[in-house]
Amino acid sequence: MLPNDETLTETGFSTRSDVAPSRVMLLACGALAREILAVIQLNGWEHLELACLPAKLHNDPEKIPGAVRAKVREARAKGYAKVFVVYADCGTGGLLDRVCEEEGVERIEGPHCYSFFDGNDAFAEREEAGEITAFYLTDFLARQFDTLIWKGFGLDRHLDILPMMFGNYEKVIYLAQTDDPALEAKARAAAKRLGLAFEMRRTGYGDLTGFLANAARA
Amino acid sequence: MADEQDDIVLSELDDDELVLQMHDDLYDGLREEIEEGVNILLGRGWQPYDVLTKALVEGMRIVGIDFRDGILFVPEVLLAANAMKAGMAILKPLLAETGAPQLGKMVIGTVKGDIHDIGKNLVSMMMEGAGFDVIDLGINNPVENYLEAINNEQPDILGMSALLTTTMPYMKVVIDALKEKGIRDDYVVLVGGAPLNEEFGKAIGADAYCRDAAVAVETAKSYMDRKHNKLAAGA
Repeated sequence: MLPNDETLTETGFSTRSDVAPSRVMLLACGALAREILAVIQLNGWEHLELACLPAKLHNDPEKIPGAVRAKVREARAKGYAKVFVVYADCGTGGLLDRVCEEEGVERIEGPHCYSFFDGNDAFAEREEAGEITAFYLTDFLARQFDTLIWKGFGLDRHLDILPMMFGNYEKVIYLAQTDDPALEAKARAAAKRLGLAFEMRRTGYGDLTGFLANAARA
Repeated sequence: MADEQDDIVLSELDDDELVLQMHDDLYDGLREEIEEGVNILLGRGWQPYDVLTKALVEGMRIVGIDFRDGILFVPEVLLAANAMKAGMAILKPLLAETGAPQLGKMVIGTVKGDIHDIGKNLVSMMMEGAGFDVIDLGINNPVENYLEAINNEQPDILGMSALLTTTMPYMKVVIDALKEKGIRDDYVVLVGGAPLNEEFGKAIGADAYCRDAAVAVETAKSYMDRKHNKLAAGA
């Protein structure tokens, strides 16, 4: 059973602890847990196991490569022969790729989850076309806006730093994985608090589905 | 530190106490107190350069150390920077009048496709505080902007910043353009930004990767020292 978003942000989680070596382990960011489990369930890929690191690592990306390496080794020690990393580069500047290479595991392509949810090719094209002043939210970030962004960036304590942090952004683009009016309202409210325009883009799961299909076939 | 603030009357402190109190006030991001402290020291006949270096720059140096050690976080550093900026706004015209020492000139900007400027702004401010003339090109700079500024300003140092994995490779585009023009070695190229590291800096041909504003200042000073030594040796 999926834990609540607070747990995914602060602690992470995994789908089981007693494992069979024939199963495939997905090591992911807590911010992706719900979406990964949804894709697994939709496709009946029951042999895919999931272990998530805390989503709050995103506020300290330099900690991600080491944390992923430790989890990969832990999975190997538990007998998983196949391990896949469901983290984009996520601000690690290529260091996560190096860890994946050294540990012999594959990770989902893309600079960040906004990109692979939107579709990496489409996202790159939009960026090339000048979409650089958007602050992106996913379903998870819309739900966790208060914890990860408002409090995480210290805006709850020091509202006067808002212009310094968000002054160059023009709009929030909510990349919606699901059709959920309540989440749309949350994302819209987040944009308002940041003083930015709002746009919603329904992406579904984007390139995530293809990556998980690949893992399921491994 | 802020709890004690109500009892303290800045004008009643002697110079040493006031400078230490200003370090605390910078740490706590107290803009108005910093402005008041700067004005008090100036009123007591302090040279603007001494106010800048002993009260403000030294205070921000302490903030920088605690940021590096994980004691302070970005919001607190931004508040401190805001307070320092307010102090510098008072000092800047006075520094120009009194002929404060200039260590060198820097052109700095965030690269094309990137709008993030928190780190770049901190570097600009700390470099100014350290005695550099800083030409800040702002955000989203194509190579042409850097080349034009280099040509017009003839700086000693070029600084580039990026926060995104997708934009940091653009730094190499700029460095390659300098090489093509045969002017790469005329400038010290410093790069920085959250996803960068030393290896990346070397790989793209920068002179140094600076992990934070304090390191940027120390690195810039060290390159300027070397430049002066070289000039002196050649004289």
